Amino acid sequence: MGIPIEQILIQTVNGIVTGMILALVASGLTLIFGIMDVVNFAHGELFMLGAYVGVIILAATGDFWIALIAATLLVALLGAAIYLTTLRPLLGRDPLYTILATFGVSLVLQNYALWQFGPAARKIGEPFTGQFTLFYLDYPWYRVVIALLSAAIIGALWLFLKFGTWGIWIRATTQDRVMAQAMGIPVPWVLTAVFAIGAGMAAASGVLFGPLVGVNHTMGVDWVLKAFIVVVVGGMGNLAGSIAAAIFISLLEAYASLWVSPAQAVIVSFVVLILTLLFRPTGLFVPTSK
Amino acid sequence: MSRRRTTVYWTGFCVLMGLLIIAPLVLPEFWRRFLTEILIWGLLAMSSDILIGYTGMVSFGHSAFFGLGIYGAAAALLSVNPPSLLLALLCGLVAAAAAAAFVAYFSTRLRDIYFAITTLIFSQIFYVIIFTWTEMTGGENGLTFSRPPLAIPGLFSVRFTPDTLHWFVLGVVVLSYLLLRRITQSPFGMVLQSIRENEARTRAIGYSVERYKMVAVMLSGLFAGLAGVLYALQNQFAAPDFVFFLVSGEVVIFNVIGGIGTLVGPIVGAAFFLLLREGLSRFFTEYYLIFVGLIFIAMVIFLPQGLLGFARRWLNE
Amino acid sequence: MSPNGTAVQALVKVDDIHTYYGKSHILHGVSLEVGTGEVVGLLGRNGVGKSTTLKAIMGLVHPSQGRVLFEGRPITHLPAHRLARLGIGYVPEDRRIFRLLSVTENLRTGLDRHGVSKARKTALLEKVYGYFPVLAERRNQAGGTLSGGEQQMLAIARAMMLEPKIILLDEPTEGLMPRMVAEILRIIDVLHRENVAVLLVEQNVPLTLEAGRRIYIIEKGVVRHHAMASDLRVNDAVIHQYLGV
Repeated sequence: MGIPIEQILIQTVNGIVTGMILALVASGLTLIFGIMDVVNFAHGELFMLGAYVGVIILAATGDFWIALIAATLLVALLGAAIYLTTLRPLLGRDPLYTILATFGVSLVLQNYALWQFGPAARKIGEPFTGQFTLFYLDYPWYRVVIALLSAAIIGALWLFLKFGTWGIWIRATTQDRVMAQAMGIPVPWVLTAVFAIGAGMAAASGVLFGPLVGVNHTMGVDWVLKAFIVVVVGGMGNLAGSIAAAIFISLLEAYASLWVSPAQAVIVSFVVLILTLLFRPTGLFVPTSK
Repeated sequence: MSRRRTTVYWTGFCVLMGLLIIAPLVLPEFWRRFLTEILIWGLLAMSSDILIGYTGMVSFGHSAFFGLGIYGAAAALLSVNPPSLLLALLCGLVAAAAAAAFVAYFSTRLRDIYFAITTLIFSQIFYVIIFTWTEMTGGENGLTFSRPPLAIPGLFSVRFTPDTLHWFVLGVVVLSYLLLRRITQSPFGMVLQSIRENEARTRAIGYSVERYKMVAVMLSGLFAGLAGVLYALQNQFAAPDFVFFLVSGEVVIFNVIGGIGTLVGPIVGAAFFLLLREGLSRFFTEYYLIFVGLIFIAMVIFLPQGLLGFARRWLNE
Repeated sequence: MSPNGTAVQALVKVDDIHTYYGKSHILHGVSLEVGTGEVVGLLGRNGVGKSTTLKAIMGLVHPSQGRVLFEGRPITHLPAHRLARLGIGYVPEDRRIFRLLSVTENLRTGLDRHGVSKARKTALLEKVYGYFPVLAERRNQAGGTLSGGEQQMLAIARAMMLEPKIILLDEPTEGLMPRMVAEILRIIDVLHRENVAVLLVEQNVPLTLEAGRRIYIIEKGVVRHHAMASDLRVNDAVIHQYLGV
């Protein structure tokens, strides 16, 4: 059953592209979990709303890039609002309640989108068409650009965390919230900002991904699951791990869809998860601590 | 527990039983069905309470147990002619138990959030399998089948009427409640609660926490599967939707709204949620779920112990 | 009011605070004062509430009764990060430096504040490195790789980054080698010369009597004795009575 090498290579590229978007979604999720210990079930809906906001602004301005930036900022603000209203009051309580609260938020956001935009899928036009020849196929430039942009955004996040003042504040808050407060770091604002950043990243992924599929109110649901798998496989709270896991899993799925249908290819991610939990529960790419 | 409290409890119980028994005779068909559904979802939520309320393990996997209960029963009812109630029960429970064993194994190796997320992903695994294995499960369209008669082989066999079905479901749910109540009050149940309070200390005292957790998961899964079988009997149709993780989410919502650790609370939570959904859907046909979600969030923040949470100690004595 | 009768301008005043931990009543009405630039010692056996008193001042524990005043203004229920900005530095028991941040980054958690010019920040950093040359050597190393004594110095240096008016020091010599005790004494002296007040909680009595001007002795959540250190150095029967040393 020889599969032409070109197909494998094309799937590799596809896998990497999807992987980068997944990495972008997952980084927001792992950031929120690592720093705030919050499992954000509403993350998929933030992704979805980002896409919808992108649709609207694109229709209004005709410019994809403005739509991308605006969607990111607006959803980041929404994220801050969600944090302040539903998560802040739950600080210090059993983590179960934050899971439930974000689950409730996802319910509200999903149905809000259904109500406002209806069940029919919308489309975001690609910012530029044009393809190049990848072997025997015409491969759209846009996909490559998405991958690069996602990488750029993640890179910017990493730089921000490593060098900026806010980056130090965030890292200190992650390690020891109490001492961070004692050092004058405005921890409540840091937490709000982290949630907002995570939300913004999810929204950006939504806009970037929009042109590849239709935008509709359930698009968040599948991504949330994949993102959670990625976060667990990569090691919760581990940014580099999530990125590696995202690409790894997407590649495996891309290869798997050479043989089975895409709906079945998702089983790959489930299998990876089970194996990780059995043998390396702290994360596939995390060195096991002594 | 004082004599007076016991009397109050059992009086209340009998009154409630009386009402539920009379219900199908006085309610219009729609509400009769609605009530039966509340009982079934209540049983499902109650099974989840064993884990959440008594052992302290949050599981989002109940949609898998429930769904497999439905599909197991469906398989029995479709493959054997004439359809047998006992076989349906058996198959549904076995299927749910198998899934529970699978989850139980992992339950002992993971804590808290990781366990919750993993159970969620497991229910999705089952969803995908059921969804894509179209030859066996009918895929997206699900399966339809006929309702078996209420029969004990060799003794009697009588068709279900809407009323007798309701009473059958009621009987099963009440028996389950009484059984679970007995279990949670037994030494075994006490150990579970001790695990919820402080797992490390329970382990230090000498209990094999892993074994207790596994039994708790199996127990929980079995009763969830039972709820699934009842659902199959009531609605005569199986679909992958029931295995979707959102169903698990709803179950957890029932638990929290009703009050975890009370056994009865989740049933009340199911009733509250389903009634709320029904009521709101009449006024705001398109976006009623938004309000349901908002009310849920408000309850999580302001009333975390749930509707019956205040009565928790009392109900457990 | 100090024991020898002169009025002391209170920088920090703790007024009859009570705290609870769950159902346990920890502080049963603690009152004390620290004057500007003063070094005050807090002695007592383990578990009497010394650390809790510091935490209450720092806003990490909220008193159910009583007040805490800073420069005459009530600060009782303010969050810790506001108090740090107001000028209260905190060096906890077991140091709690940020293990995964470098020495410089640890210092920056206190250094990066609004309204402080870049020049002043650089000067402050260099000054503190001057006081702690060991830290200067290790400025890019991760906090978790430092020795116990170095971590203690980092914890104090970090608090100094806030340019505080008072530093709350909780058992700085605990777990340190004996020769580090002299270091701690030197650092407290540095702080005193910078006119930073110090509220020192310690088990090490000689160090406390040497460094402090006034001493409070706490037992079972209440202040039992209050004296000038000079008096206690001469007449230590009280010390034996309350601390059994």
